[in-house]
Order: sequence, then structure tokens, then C-alpha cells
Amino acid sequence: MLNFSILIDHWDMYIEGFFNTIKASVFAMIASLVAGTIIAIFRIAPFRPLNWLGTMYVEFIRNIPLMLIVFVFFFAPSALGLRINSFLAGTLGLTTYTAAFIAESIRAGIQAVPKGQMEAARSSGLTYVQTMWYIILPQAIKIVIPPLGNQFLNLVKNSSVLGVIAGLDLMYFGDLISSETFVTFDVYIFVAMFYLLLTIPLSLSVSFLERRLAKNR
Amino acid sequence: MIIFHEVNKHYGKFHVLQNINLHIKQGEVVVIIGPSGSGKSTLVRCINRLETISSGELIVDNVKVHDKKTDINKLRRNIGMVFQHFHLYPHKTVLQNITLAPIKVLGIAKEEAERTAMYYLEKVGIPDKANSYPSSLSGGQQQRVAIARGLAMKPKIMLFDEPTSALDPETIGEVLDVMKKLAKEGMTMVVVTHEMGFAREVADRIVFIDQGKILEVSTPEEFFSNPKEERAKNFLNRILNH
Ligand SMILES: Nc1ncnc2c1ncn2[C@@H]1O[C@H](COP(=O)(O)OP(=O)(O)OP(=O)(O)O)[C@@H](O)[C@H]1O
Ligand SMILES: [Mg+2]
Repeated sequence: MLNFSILIDHWDMYIEGFFNTIKASVFAMIASLVAGTIIAIFRIAPFRPLNWLGTMYVEFIRNIPLMLIVFVFFFAPSALGLRINSFLAGTLGLTTYTAAFIAESIRAGIQAVPKGQMEAARSSGLTYVQTMWYIILPQAIKIVIPPLGNQFLNLVKNSSVLGVIAGLDLMYFGDLISSETFVTFDVYIFVAMFYLLLTIPLSLSVSFLERRLAKNR
Repeated sequence: MIIFHEVNKHYGKFHVLQNINLHIKQGEVVVIIGPSGSGKSTLVRCINRLETISSGELIVDNVKVHDKKTDINKLRRNIGMVFQHFHLYPHKTVLQNITLAPIKVLGIAKEEAERTAMYYLEKVGIPDKANSYPSSLSGGQQQRVAIARGLAMKPKIMLFDEPTSALDPETIGEVLDVMKKLAKEGMTMVVVTHEMGFAREVADRIVFIDQGKILEVSTPEEFFSNPKEERAKNFLNRILNH
């Protein structure tokens, strides 16, 4: 049987970690969605230097381990004599990393919108930006929601990387409780449960949205 | 209205349009015919710069289309285009499809744009579909919406690239009827089509194009009764005898 007294005795720590994980995830979700959209538009805009920048970003970032990126955000400022708190460094690293994957999902979604849509809109006199905004993005969003949901799920789980730099998240407190109590299995099972509390509703709402979108097509 | 002067276009090494000279007057209906891959679509798409030309001059409504300084969005307001596969916006209703460009490009108020849209929907015979989504319409209805969408910008020129090729035979007629009505009202039209009946009845001139070259420009009477070019004869034989 699981030792529930661990959960009860360390409830405050679990809850603090849980909320920090939520905070890091929500912040990184929003920021990486914004950054990822911009990078995706860079990649497809009819302007070569932007394409090049976007491609550089994606290819560079997604081919480096997440932990290394977090380390860069954590250690680079101190090498420059600046101080950065570990929570912020971890969240920025997470954002930087996830943005590359989100950019790829969004780019694929935009490119899945039939070419004729762009042609019809442009031939009616709409500008490139208007066409993107009124015609292409609304259709791309429907295509992009399932892969985006997966990226968000990965993001929540990847946020555990904060634990490595003492980022005060669930994983960090898990490690802490475990080193205090010398219990491993039970401590981490409770950690896993807290993660599931986030990921299962997220996963369910993505499937729900997916079904809704499939219906009104 | 539309002047091609020594126009050439290449796709890489491939010379799609070769030395095109053509002068289309206001109010004229010009039908472009020719075998598959001959460059018909490319020719039409150059007119609103969906394709750019490699050399020569292309002047539309007194504006140099080939000039980089030309405000292409402004020119495109005056040129409606109807595609083989309609390209209606699937996430917008019929009415929204038609009013989008008038509102966003011309800056017309929504109510007025909707009134105009309804006028053109009446004209193409489907005012009752105003609030439907494109996916619930038949092909013929979708294409008529696409025509209404083009007309709502009150263009000076309408381009049609095989507007009936993707339609079921029983709905081709309803689209052709709308186009005939438009031609009678004096719209300047450039139409790529394989509908020889339409060409014979409505065209002022027929342009026959093969392998990127204009081989023959003549009236429908001349063209159908006595085509000058050997390749035009062969083409007509093939298309009329099946
Ligand atoms: N983007 C492109 N890149 C390279 N080649 C192209 C491109 N678009 C068209 N072509 C080629 O140019 C030629 C002319 O094409 P176009 O679409 O104008 O022909 P078409 O007369 O309209 O044919 P169809 O009756 O099949 O529609 C074809 O051989 C085609 O393969
Ligand atoms: Mg074609």
C-alpha cells in the first residue's frame, strides 16, 4: 500500500511544487504559442531572410536537449555577472525549446490550407497580411489544434526539467521530500499523480476540441 | 483594356508562354482554348499577376502589371477571378464569402456590402443560400457564389479558368447561363473553357493556344467553320467528336 502519511506530512511542499509547475507551464504555453506563431510566419513569409532566420531557430533549438537549453538560461547570466532565479531560467528555457516545436506544427497547419485559398483571397485585392489573418490562420487553427495539444502535453511533462536547477516545481519538491524521508517510490508516485491531475484534463479537452472541430467541418 | 505585348514566361528553363501578343478591348468576351498544358491558365493568371511574366509588357486597365512599382492590390480590385475549384472560404458563410473583400479592401460598410451581396446572389439565382456554408452547396451553386463574390467588387474585368470543368454535367448549364448574362451586360471577360457551345454563342473572339504560342485568333464563326491552323483542326475534331 502507498504510504499516504508522506503525502499528508509534505502536503504544503507538494502543493507549492504543483502550483509552480502550473505557473511555469501556463507561462511557457502562452509565450511559446506567441513565439512559435511568429517563427512559423517567419518560415513561410514571402521574404527570404525571414525564412532563413525561422529555419535556423527551429533546426538549432529542436536538435538540442531541453536540459542544455535550460542550463544556458541558468548559467549564462551568472557568467555575465547577472543573477537569474532558477524558476525564471527554467521557464524561459522551456519556452524557447517548445516554441520550435509549436512553430513546426503551425507551419505545417498553414501549409495544409489549400493553395487556392491564398490565390482566391489575394486575387480579390486582400493584402498578404489580411489573407493570413482572415482566411489562412482561421483554417490552419483547426488543423493545428491536435498537434498543438500534444506539444502542450509534452510541455507540462518537460517542465520537470526545472527540478534539475532547483526551479521549485513538482519534481524539485519530489526530490527534496525523497531526500528528507529516504523514501523514493511512494514520493514519486504522488508526484506522478499531481502531473496526471494536469495532463489528463488537458488531454481530454484536446480530444473534445478535436471532435467538435471534426463535426462542424 | 488588356494588352499583351511580346510577353514571355518561363518556369525555370521551360518556356510556357512564347511571344504573346493580344489586345482585349473593353466589353469583349475572349475565350481561350487549347490542349492541356498549353499555357491557358498561365496566360490568364498573368493578367492579375498570380504569375509574373519574364519579359515583355502586360498592361491592364492602363496599369503596367509587369512593373514592380505597380500597386497590385489596387489593380486586383478591378479584376474578378473564378477558379476551376471555386476556392470559396469554407469557414465563412456564403454572405461572408461575398462581403469580405468589399468590406476589407474597399472599406464599404457591412450593411451596404450585404445589400450588394444579396443583389448578386439574386442575380446568380441563389439568394436563399446566403447563410449557408459552402460545404452544404452543390458544385454549381458554389461556383455561382464564387462568381457573385467576384462581381461584388464591381470589377471591370472577370477572369474564368475552366469554371465548369469540375462540375457535374447537370449543373454546368446554370453556371454558363450566369456567364452568358454577364457577357450580355458588357462585362469584359477572359474565359478558359472546353465548353464549345458557350464559346460559339458568347465569345467575340476565340484564342487558340498550343505549346505556349497563340496560333490563331478569330471569331467563333471563322474558328469553328474554318480553322486556319492544322493543330486547331485536330483539337476541334478531338473535342467535338466525343
Ligand atoms: N508552377 C509551375 N512550375 C513549373 N511548371 C509549371 C507550373 N505551372 C504550370 N507549369 C507547366 O506549364 C505548362 C502550362 O500550364 P498551364 O496550367 O498554364 O496549362 P493549361 O493550358 O491551363 O492546362 P490545363 O488544360 O491542363 O489546365 C504545363 O506544362 C505545366 O506543367
Ligand atoms: Mg489550366
